[in-house]
Amino acid sequence: MNDLEAPKGFPLPSSLRPVPGTERAQAAYPYTVQFKPDDDQRFWFYNSMHFPEPMSCFDMVTAEAAYCALGAANTRVHCLPTTLGIDHRIINGRVYIGGNAVTDPQEIARRTEEFQKRAFYYYENWEHLYAQWKHKMLALIREAQALPKPTLPEFEPLEHVHAGRGIASNHYLLETYQRSLEGYFRMWHHHFEFLLLGYGAYLTFFAFCKKAFPEIPDQTVARMVAGIEAEIFRPDDELRRLARCAVELGVDGIFTDGVPPEAIIRSLEQAGPSGEQWLRELAVSRDPWFNINVGDGFYHYHRSWNDDLSMPFAGLPGYIQRIKSGQTVERPFEKLQEERRRLIADYRELLASEEERAAYDQMITLAHRVFPYVEGHKFYCEHWYTNLFFNKIREFGALLRAHGFFPDTEDVFHLTHYELESAIIDLMNAWSTGSAPRGPAHWPALVAERRAAIREWAKQETPPALGPVPEVIDDPAIVMLWGITRESLDTWLKAGTDAGSCEIRGFAASNGVVEGTARVVKSVEEIVRLQTGDILVCQVTNPTWAPIFQKIAGAVSDIGGSMSHAAIVAREFGLPAVVGTGTATSRIRDGQRIRVDGGRGIVTLL
Amino acid sequence: MNYVSGLADIGLDDRPNVGGKGGSLGELLRAGIRVPPGFVVRTAAFERFLATVEADWPVRTRISSLIAQDLSAITQCCAAVRGRFEAGSLPQELERQIELAYAQLCGAQRMPVAVRSSATTEDAVDASFAGLQDTFLWVQDLSQTLRRVRRCWASLYSAESVSYRRQRNLPEHGVAMAVVIQAMVDARAAGVMFTRSPTTGDRSVITIEGAWGLGSAVVGGEVTPDRWVLGKITGDITVREISDKCIRHAPAAAGGVETVPVSESSRRAPSLSDEELQALRAVARRVERHFGRPQDIEWAIDRVSGAVLILQSRPETVWSSKESSPAANAAHNPFTHVMSIFGGRK
Repeated sequence: MNDLEAPKGFPLPSSLRPVPGTERAQAAYPYTVQFKPDDDQRFWFYNSMHFPEPMSCFDMVTAEAAYCALGAANTRVHCLPTTLGIDHRIINGRVYIGGNAVTDPQEIARRTEEFQKRAFYYYENWEHLYAQWKHKMLALIREAQALPKPTLPEFEPLEHVHAGRGIASNHYLLETYQRSLEGYFRMWHHHFEFLLLGYGAYLTFFAFCKKAFPEIPDQTVARMVAGIEAEIFRPDDELRRLARCAVELGVDGIFTDGVPPEAIIRSLEQAGPSGEQWLRELAVSRDPWFNINVGDGFYHYHRSWNDDLSMPFAGLPGYIQRIKSGQTVERPFEKLQEERRRLIADYRELLASEEERAAYDQMITLAHRVFPYVEGHKFYCEHWYTNLFFNKIREFGALLRAHGFFPDTEDVFHLTHYELESAIIDLMNAWSTGSAPRGPAHWPALVAERRAAIREWAKQETPPALGPVPEVIDDPAIVMLWGITRESLDTWLKAGTDAGSCEIRGFAASNGVVEGTARVVKSVEEIVRLQTGDILVCQVTNPTWAPIFQKIAGAVSDIGGSMSHAAIVAREFGLPAVVGTGTATSRIRDGQRIRVDGGRGIVTLL
Repeated sequence: MNYVSGLADIGLDDRPNVGGKGGSLGELLRAGIRVPPGFVVRTAAFERFLATVEADWPVRTRISSLIAQDLSAITQCCAAVRGRFEAGSLPQELERQIELAYAQLCGAQRMPVAVRSSATTEDAVDASFAGLQDTFLWVQDLSQTLRRVRRCWASLYSAESVSYRRQRNLPEHGVAMAVVIQAMVDARAAGVMFTRSPTTGDRSVITIEGAWGLGSAVVGGEVTPDRWVLGKITGDITVREISDKCIRHAPAAAGGVETVPVSESSRRAPSLSDEELQALRAVARRVERHFGRPQDIEWAIDRVSGAVLILQSRPETVWSSKESSPAANAAHNPFTHVMSIFGGRK
């Protein structure tokens, strides 16, 4: 920013009030996340990348567990030299976060020494530690899968009594709930065990490339590093396999666009041995590869392919058609690998000296070493585990609904995890005493109020940042994970004046220019509306959306960077894509004609 | 004495005898790059001709004695030299060799040629003489060609060239001029390209500038060219700036080049298709690889065949002369590189 310009700041946290009529819903969030007057001294920004929508009370657990684990890794485990953890606050359902920078040079030096002892050990032993990580993570998943479904029998089963178990079923509600919650917090520690170190190694290479090749597009660096057989590609790979199976088994005729999955499955069941064989193949793919959310896994309503087969089934007819017309649908691993290898070698050749080439080799070697984790962890953490967790909570929701606590299973997500524990204990007590639980008189009104508040909050714009603008942003975590820099803040400060423009800017994710009809898709139920040649406009595109990439002409998302999987998949499909626009789903009307320039990161409203 | 060589028979090593342009065109041919066919009138021809002139007027001695600051003396002396160059007749053997090569190149038709200076000091990395010597386009017959050859020789004694040499106190002996004679390309579009970014020095991009017609309009700055930036390796087109190209250079009926208006429908249309951009990129990479350093290349697209032809390539001089510090040096412990991210502001 020009020094002569008057400094313009963001609103202070204290100036942000709950939307009228939602005060009680706001108060439901625990005191730890409410803005207090002294928060006005700090800079906060809205984490629209991970929490693009108002969060219901229960979903707040994701922010709590994730920042707890992120902070522990940064502050205490790896001892990042210039930053501690990240604080979070919630107002109107929106999650604001603020970094905790270390600025004292002596303290930085002390932490640097610690950091190198820890981080360098991780880099040195990465493969071994990552293998160990997968082992730990799978064990955690197995534990979560083994948790019993919460139930309350009228009488304790006779075998429990004869076995002398001595502990009644109601106790296991609490145990299961607490173990679920504990597992979720533990999962987030696993999630951050390598994350910052991984991103840091990648960004080291990225920064080197930008210095050596000032005009290199972000996506080119991403292509040099991205893995080709990462776990996150597997769900879509499985789908392609299933499409081939359908053709080989001769049941491909059953898969038609627009037919609901249940109807297709019924037809397959009636189609004799071939249909049954295909359903067995489906079962193989589902565990575990359909444990993938249609979002980023941070909201309870980002259901998985396993929960709702409409996403994967929407992709099948297209793949089947391509196979029948003689095309290969399998990703060309060898070709992709060869392309990546050539890209790396060709850029290397352009470097100015052998000395630079040696540095390049060191950095890309490390980036390649860390990247399987950076790409792979999401499947285990944000998808598979998160999915198990929310579904377990859903089981408690069903139980509480059955006992009249609220009218709908999903209402359970309007309780904070603290409140949910008290509701469970309420039910445990009632089951013990034989009295009616107190919950049915307590929760329905609150739940209704909170549901209405979320609807209200979703309609309101929220400032991208709050509080005084920092001189510099030198927090590697914030720069790495959110891509926020002093420059991006200046853009936000100016953004108010750009609202009338017909251009929306984002990250250039995948090259090419295309014009077409925008299909603004806000939930997975809406994907059936996508016509061949439409441009998909959505909040988050993640690998789950890959099956429909074969159908669309381009993609635009609110969230995501050039390294996001959506970007990688779009490049593989050769689809123009702009990601991380922040506002595409709110500014583009459904059915509007738009132009997507994926090389420049610009969407034009026509 | 051999006064003439086919482009196919020479290379960079021959520069002392065929000049920079001739040497680099020959080298391009060796690298398998398409350049318009042609031949070079070697410096030996210049020396032979100069000897006939010097028989009664010691050109080099007179030029050597000039004082760099004395512009009027330089101007006067240069005019005298050029007068003698244009009036003097070519030694017979020399004229015969040029005639023969010309006939071989042009056949019976009056195929137009470009007559281009190729000085021995030109196109060196350290002292770009570009633009100080003359080039004549669309020359239509032998006698015109021979006249232009003499004009090219004389351009070595333009006031600008002479003051340049006098300022640097370069010896006159050994300053010689070869002349390239090449089939003229009737360009549908033409321009220049750099195998690095002129703005950031980035070696991973190719900047292409082009406009309708002959490249002289672009090189001479008479038209604002369209501009593209391509990833050298990926081919991604990251910048497309299509300008309003109101004029183009076209062959004139009487020979030479004339400026003509561009039709309304073509003015704002891109002068190159994406396929042509990619073809240029491929050629640029081969040229750069062959010479082993970033290049500044003149190109043309043939109106009839659509072929990409390279008219000239010389080492890029601006960024090469200010090579910056390496983006990073190899580290004893490779992990220490990450401190550039985790270590905070330096």
